[in-house]
Amino acid sequence: MSAAAFALHDLTVSYRGHPAVHHLSGEFRRGALTAIVGPNGAGKSTLLAALGGQRPDHGGRIEGPAPQRVAYLPQAAELDRSFPLTVHELAAMGLWRALGWWRGLSTDQRRRVDDALAAVGLSGFGGRLIGELSAGQLQRALFARLLLQDAEVILLDEPFNALDAGTTADLLALLPRWRSEGRTVIAVLHDLTQVHAHFDEVLVLARERVAWGPTAEVLRAESMFRARQQAEAWDAQAPWCDARSAA
Amino acid sequence: MGLAAVFDWIAPLGDYAFMRRALVATLALSLGSAPLGCLLVLRRMSLVGDAMAHAVLPGAAAGFLLAGLSLPAMSLGGFVAALLVAAAAGFVTRATPQREDASFAAFYLIALALGVLMVSSRGSSVDLMHLLFGSVLAVDEVALLQMAAVSSVTLAVLAVAYRPLVLDSVDPGFLRSVGGRGGWAHGLLLVLLVANLVSAFQAMGTLMAVGLMMLPAAAARFWAASLPGLFGVATGIGALAGVIGLLLSYHAELPSGPAIVLVCGAAYLLSVLVGPRDGVLLRRRAALRHRTG
Repeated sequence: MSAAAFALHDLTVSYRGHPAVHHLSGEFRRGALTAIVGPNGAGKSTLLAALGGQRPDHGGRIEGPAPQRVAYLPQAAELDRSFPLTVHELAAMGLWRALGWWRGLSTDQRRRVDDALAAVGLSGFGGRLIGELSAGQLQRALFARLLLQDAEVILLDEPFNALDAGTTADLLALLPRWRSEGRTVIAVLHDLTQVHAHFDEVLVLARERVAWGPTAEVLRAESMFRARQQAEAWDAQAPWCDARSAA
Repeated sequence: MGLAAVFDWIAPLGDYAFMRRALVATLALSLGSAPLGCLLVLRRMSLVGDAMAHAVLPGAAAGFLLAGLSLPAMSLGGFVAALLVAAAAGFVTRATPQREDASFAAFYLIALALGVLMVSSRGSSVDLMHLLFGSVLAVDEVALLQMAAVSSVTLAVLAVAYRPLVLDSVDPGFLRSVGGRGGWAHGLLLVLLVANLVSAFQAMGTLMAVGLMMLPAAAARFWAASLPGLFGVATGIGALAGVIGLLLSYHAELPSGPAIVLVCGAAYLLSVLVGPRDGVLLRRRAALRHRTG
């Protein structure tokens, strides 16, 4: 088993016709918590989507686990909150690969769903409709679904955005648990205090790799300053690079 | 009104063969279309049902012109025409920045005008009325079998594809991320929708058929919270409205399609007013109690 959860080779990913991530090479260490930081428009979400298999038309190469071993929680989930689904049912979606189209939940699986809801602080909420939840409770329920997906790699796109401090603390507490279970977590974040406190490695991205390595080394003012400068130099009319023809 | 009077009122349902067939027809129709309508409403596809109901017309007219009043020919024509309209609208939505509602509206209006033109070029206005509003009291064995078959297939397909359909409706991004291919759900619902409209159009007419599908589904939301609950309430409202509408049409000599749809409409309005979930009156009362308390 390789030491890398994902290895990127000269990866270029475009977003709406413009390359958002340029010629990125490097490795996400297996079993580590890696944060991706950088200014707005740096291509962080685009990179995460590519890792999650949602941007199949990229240049370069991504070496990683099979898609079914990766759990991906995008920032703006396409979740329809008005649909009459209960919290228990939403979390149980994480068992999709075990259940498929027809199999019902076994007693054991039912208990695992309850345990996952308890782990995110939603005990007793199983019967509620998802439309009745607050934003924080909904994010907790989505984390319960992640727990049940039992994935090797967990991709989180700004998972703590617009959440109150209590919810953020409760959900952050799941990260060391995932690491102790040998899972790899890759999260797009903007709160550097969180990154400092909880993450092993950091990738500073500004359409290109600015810095990538252990958190303490990377998160110095200098690299963040360079990242900001590069993002501000963003040219909306930038010509296509030849990543695709080179690949 | 005494019990005897009620029995007298509903007696025609048993007394006449055409009423028995009409009763079975409306029950079969509501069994299949109610759950389908609920899913369409939840996916914000209510108006797509309306568009498809209009899109059936040129195909049905073509069948009528080629084979006369032959149900299989008109059904097949209507089915093909509606799916062509859906495919064309879908193509324009994908190939251009135009939104789906606009492209659906454009194509169904073309189809509707084409259909009216075709019928009026050859047939009389009686034929046109027949196509538009149907006649549940003239349902024959072939039509009945067709409705029962479509209804059964609809329920079977919904049962088999229930979980991916729900997942695709709630969170299509999640379904994609776990390797489930959900893109077909939209298409499957469209095909079922058209099949149900076509099977209903002899009894209800192309324009009225969508009423029995959408009104009970829209009303159910004021009574039930869960998806199975919505299915149950919508089916119940559809079946009850079918029976009452039939009897009204028999006693008052009204066209049956509009009578059934209007009873569905009454059930919808009643639900909006007094439904226990977000009904207007209940909300008002809660607000008043809050103000004085």
